[in-house]
Amino acid sequence: MSAVQLEGGFAHLSHDAAHAFRAALQTMARPGRIETLALARPPAPCSPAAGALILALCDTTTPIHLAPSHEDAGLRAWIAFHTGAPLVAPEDAMFALGTWGALCPVDRFAIGTSAYPDRAATLIVEMDALEAKGTVLHGPGIKGRAALSLPEVAAFQDNRRRFPLGFDCYFTSGDRLAGLPRSTHVEG
Amino acid sequence: MYVAVKGGERAIDNAHAWLAEERRGDTGVAELSIAQIREQLALSVARVMAEGSLYDPDLAALAIKQARGDLIEAVFLIRAYRTTLPRFGASNPVETAQMVCDRRISATFKDLPGGQILGPTFDYTHRLLDFALAAEGLDPAPAPQVAAPDGTLPHVTDFLAREDLIQPEVDGPATPRDLTREPLDFPADRPLRLQALTRGDEGFVLSMAYSTQRGYGRNHPFVGELRIGTVAVEMDIPELGFAIDLGEVVLTECETVNQFMGSKTEPPQFTRGYGLVFGQSERKAISMALVDRALRWEELGEDNVGAPAQDVEFVLYHADNVQATGFLEHIKLPHYVDFQSELELIRRLRAEAQAGQAREAAE
Amino acid sequence: MSVTDHAITARQARLSTLAKAPAARLCALFAAYAPDLPAHEMLRAPEIGTVMLRGRAGAKGAPFNLGEMTVTRCAVRLSSGAVGHGHVQGRDKDAARAAALIDALCEDGQVSAIEAAILAPLRAEAEALRQARATRAAATKVEFFTMVRGDNA
Repeated sequence: MSAVQLEGGFAHLSHDAAHAFRAALQTMARPGRIETLALARPPAPCSPAAGALILALCDTTTPIHLAPSHEDAGLRAWIAFHTGAPLVAPEDAMFALGTWGALCPVDRFAIGTSAYPDRAATLIVEMDALEAKGTVLHGPGIKGRAALSLPEVAAFQDNRRRFPLGFDCYFTSGDRLAGLPRSTHVEG
Repeated sequence: MYVAVKGGERAIDNAHAWLAEERRGDTGVAELSIAQIREQLALSVARVMAEGSLYDPDLAALAIKQARGDLIEAVFLIRAYRTTLPRFGASNPVETAQMVCDRRISATFKDLPGGQILGPTFDYTHRLLDFALAAEGLDPAPAPQVAAPDGTLPHVTDFLAREDLIQPEVDGPATPRDLTREPLDFPADRPLRLQALTRGDEGFVLSMAYSTQRGYGRNHPFVGELRIGTVAVEMDIPELGFAIDLGEVVLTECETVNQFMGSKTEPPQFTRGYGLVFGQSERKAISMALVDRALRWEELGEDNVGAPAQDVEFVLYHADNVQATGFLEHIKLPHYVDFQSELELIRRLRAEAQAGQAREAAE
Repeated sequence: MSVTDHAITARQARLSTLAKAPAARLCALFAAYAPDLPAHEMLRAPEIGTVMLRGRAGAKGAPFNLGEMTVTRCAVRLSSGAVGHGHVQGRDKDAARAAALIDALCEDGQVSAIEAAILAPLRAEAEALRQARATRAAATKVEFFTMVRGDNA
């Protein structure tokens, strides 16, 4: 296994993991908020923010689905080395990584069950750009209104209708990170 | 149901400070070191590793020191610490046939290949307190040594298996269920039961095993083999593309041989019980094998004679001493409101009873 | 065995020796061999974790979870590009780093020197410990006497 696929993990494990987790927590708790996360250097096409999320949140017990946009031998090796997470089909995934187009159709992903709504997938959506403008959001964690440059509206409105079931999303672009939990109302 | 109360922070801080003093004891007496506990209380260390489910002798020694020798408290500390460590993966199943044995005996075959190797056992001591040990600084003379043969020792049950006299073991899923990841749920297959037993309280498993011998369950167990020694731990490393040894551990293994009556379709065969425990933990390994065998009554087509050791829910729910003490000790927590309502109820009932008696007396 | 198989077996053997070595001894031998650490980059900073050990029911049957063991692991890349992996039993980050560097230096062509300076001494010491236990165990092997019937001898 060549070294270019292995470097770029957290340099200071517990410290960096804690910072990454805090960013993940903040963005999911306050939809519309954008955090910077530059602690990881995964191989292309994975962004630093997405890479840091995977390092912080994934391990041997969290199956990951790589969408076609991110189906890359180098990335697979990097994920395997740093997390040990098994790579699976969309239906079995706890996390899914890809561009929005490659992740669609998103109805393949787990939305939890009535007894265990948490047993749903978290989508890590890689974007060309991520701004706190565009689609208007309101709901838990948002004071009044917020805005986020979502790739579309309909899918997230459908998802909100399934609450308390549904998937949850992170949006990543370079070292920028935002979150969209299933509880957020997305205005058309 | 307990209730939350506030206050007592200063009392708690002061209690902890006094605990530290009590733990240390008389400062004129030398302090216990981790190395001393690890070296000289090895069997306590073994128990804490087994029930804490974490093989790390220095950590177990530290837990014993911190717990002032309370081994269940030490197990609690180890279990808690284990949750802070990431899990890299799982080993390949250990090869106990390759064990480098310190001790290896069989109660079923006198002249087994490799012989009866007693090891550093208490078995033949006379249980007389040795007051010479109270004096310190008298290191024992080096133990006698004899040229050791090369090679490993085969399992005794292999000989029975060759003649088809003992039930063969069946393989199972490569990834067994894991009590450290999911709560105990029934039906519990044999791998899950074995995990529960190996980390279960030694006293409980011993008593359950004893109960099977006293007629609560009809198995007559023979110790086919008992071995204590080191085995290598091997794991596949994806980034290397091959498996490597990660270290070695001391294990105690007990295979019991029990009778089975056969059926219309099956000729009589011996059946097995199995115990495998971290460290030198002989009593626990034998107990585990007996209870394992008792819990297999259903898959072996035997009758449930109502023995507690056959009741899988009773055995597995009560085997874990951290769970047990957790619920037991919770009754120390404030239950003031519950009790207050009990108190008022009992007073009212007594008042009504006395009023009733007074009325009857008047009539 | 092909050249690759031989290389793998050799690497397995040295990684096994390093994994089982007493941490302090491993670090001391490595410090003596390479007082100045070779230039390297961390692929994986030393990390303490666990490995779940498995046994088999009846030593041959279905696998079951026996309990976890502490392990420390590390991965490095030398400036030459050689990659080394270190896994040591227990909780010692310095030992894991030393093991990874030793593995990398071996991959980088220093096998003979390291064999002489580090691996052979570790193996010899482990073998001596094993022998000390094996000879004591052998001394506790029971020699049964058969009871001879007949006249009092």
